[in-house]
Amino acid sequence: MESVKITNGKSPILQLKAVSGSYSPGSYAVNRVTTDIYANTITAIMGPSGCGKSTLLRAINRMHDLYPHIKTTGEIILKGKNVLAMDPMEVRRMAGMVFQQPNPFPTMSIYDNVLAGYKLNDIRLKKREKDDIVEQSLQSVGLWDEVKEVMTKRGSFLSGGQQQRLCIARALALNPEILLMDEPTSALDPISTNKIEELLLQLKEEFTIIIVTHNMSQAARISDNSMFMYLGELVEHENTTQMFTKPQNKRTEEYLTGVFG
Amino acid sequence: MKDKIFRLVLFVAALVILLLAAGIVYALVNRSVEAFGEYGTWGFISNAEWDPRSATEEYGALSFVMGTLYTAFFSLLLCIPFALAVALFNGEYFKGSGFSSFVSSIVDLLAGIPSIVYGLWGFYTVRPIVIEMGVNAQGFGIFLSSVVLSIMIIPYASSLSAEFLSMVPNKLKEGAYSLGATRLEVVRHISLPTAASGIVASFILALGRALGETMAVTMLIGNTNRIPQGLRDTGNTMASVIANQFGESDGLKLSALIAIGLLLFIITALINLAAKMVMKKLARI
Repeated sequence: MESVKITNGKSPILQLKAVSGSYSPGSYAVNRVTTDIYANTITAIMGPSGCGKSTLLRAINRMHDLYPHIKTTGEIILKGKNVLAMDPMEVRRMAGMVFQQPNPFPTMSIYDNVLAGYKLNDIRLKKREKDDIVEQSLQSVGLWDEVKEVMTKRGSFLSGGQQQRLCIARALALNPEILLMDEPTSALDPISTNKIEELLLQLKEEFTIIIVTHNMSQAARISDNSMFMYLGELVEHENTTQMFTKPQNKRTEEYLTGVFG
Repeated sequence: MKDKIFRLVLFVAALVILLLAAGIVYALVNRSVEAFGEYGTWGFISNAEWDPRSATEEYGALSFVMGTLYTAFFSLLLCIPFALAVALFNGEYFKGSGFSSFVSSIVDLLAGIPSIVYGLWGFYTVRPIVIEMGVNAQGFGIFLSSVVLSIMIIPYASSLSAEFLSMVPNKLKEGAYSLGATRLEVVRHISLPTAASGIVASFILALGRALGETMAVTMLIGNTNRIPQGLRDTGNTMASVIANQFGESDGLKLSALIAIGLLLFIITALINLAAKMVMKKLARI
């Protein structure tokens, strides 16, 4: 696979060098992906199911370490540090993740859910600091006004869309370098989806976002750059407008025009 | 037609079970009336005197109620760390692995060992150790029976707890890992709190087992009819006093033993009910 490059004059925040992911020896769900991701952009990873987009995303924050049969190889450089050589806990604090299913912790209040990253890592904070982080994080996902009166209620008390925004706030509270999102709106209704998409456009001012989506129009609406993956390989990584109007690769064009998917 | 007959058979079978249960309760109540009538319900429960000599005959249940509570709760306390460790091993750390199913079948095997075998083991193997430890001279007593009892109830607490731990949704654990939590932190802050009510329920059920366990306790507790003065002392539980004395009893004494049986039945029924209520709360997740 040729390396696919997007340059816009800045140095990349995340570099993937020949990244492969394998669930069983000899077969690769992700095959030697090499590319760069730039700060304050939204990058959409698209492709048919089973193409390796989630596998690639989860390699970045070392989620595969939880499952000993999954092997990740290559180099992943986040802010100049080699992710695969780091302590996975540190990597995961640098790279926040939002999942397909909203997963607020049902045993914690809304307030504690936002602070879960600190609580889980046994980082002690003063009451003032906690209040500030909670308010700031909830403000940035547009949830503050909706929940400030019900802060002590359980996170699972909220609607699906609110729960997902709570999970984004929980990831943002740790002030990550990059936000990894694995089809974050696929379990949500159109209105909640729309809110999250608007939110992501605001968040890219401060954060770098990589979003896996099987929804092409979502990629077109919100992403700056798009990656198209097929059978574990990165086929094309291009400016989104460019990719949707003049795809370089025939496979990409076929996928975008619905020949397969 | 066949369907109707089948339903009728099922209905009758269910009815027979209900009648049997009612019959047992009736028989217990009927034959304990004499003792409760003699001393009054509360008078019987709150009296620690158990004196079968015909001249000074007097019966009360308190010594045995206390003996039961001592052994059951002390054995529960002893079993908690081990049962929890086994549950975490099988339900979290090695969930679904071959090794875990091997360990859990060994633990389940513990539940299948007859009580009398535990009694023998306690008598000939654990008792010398307890004497060696200097707990008391003979080895018999609350301490010895609680130690053996705690091993007997581990499988009941651990297998159900493991079940509840393995039901903690993976998406919650992944969510916690994605925030940089270590495995221990995930267990402490996510798995255990999420499964908490189920774990509590399984320990309540194990307590129910401990309360009613008879044979091993009868062989190990020392069989003295007074309130135990601490863990080193001998005593009798409600179950062990019945097992020990029913063969040589009649009249008021027999009625008193059956009344103790009725009390034990009520206590264990309440304990099981409590466990069910705690588990119902679990339906949340």
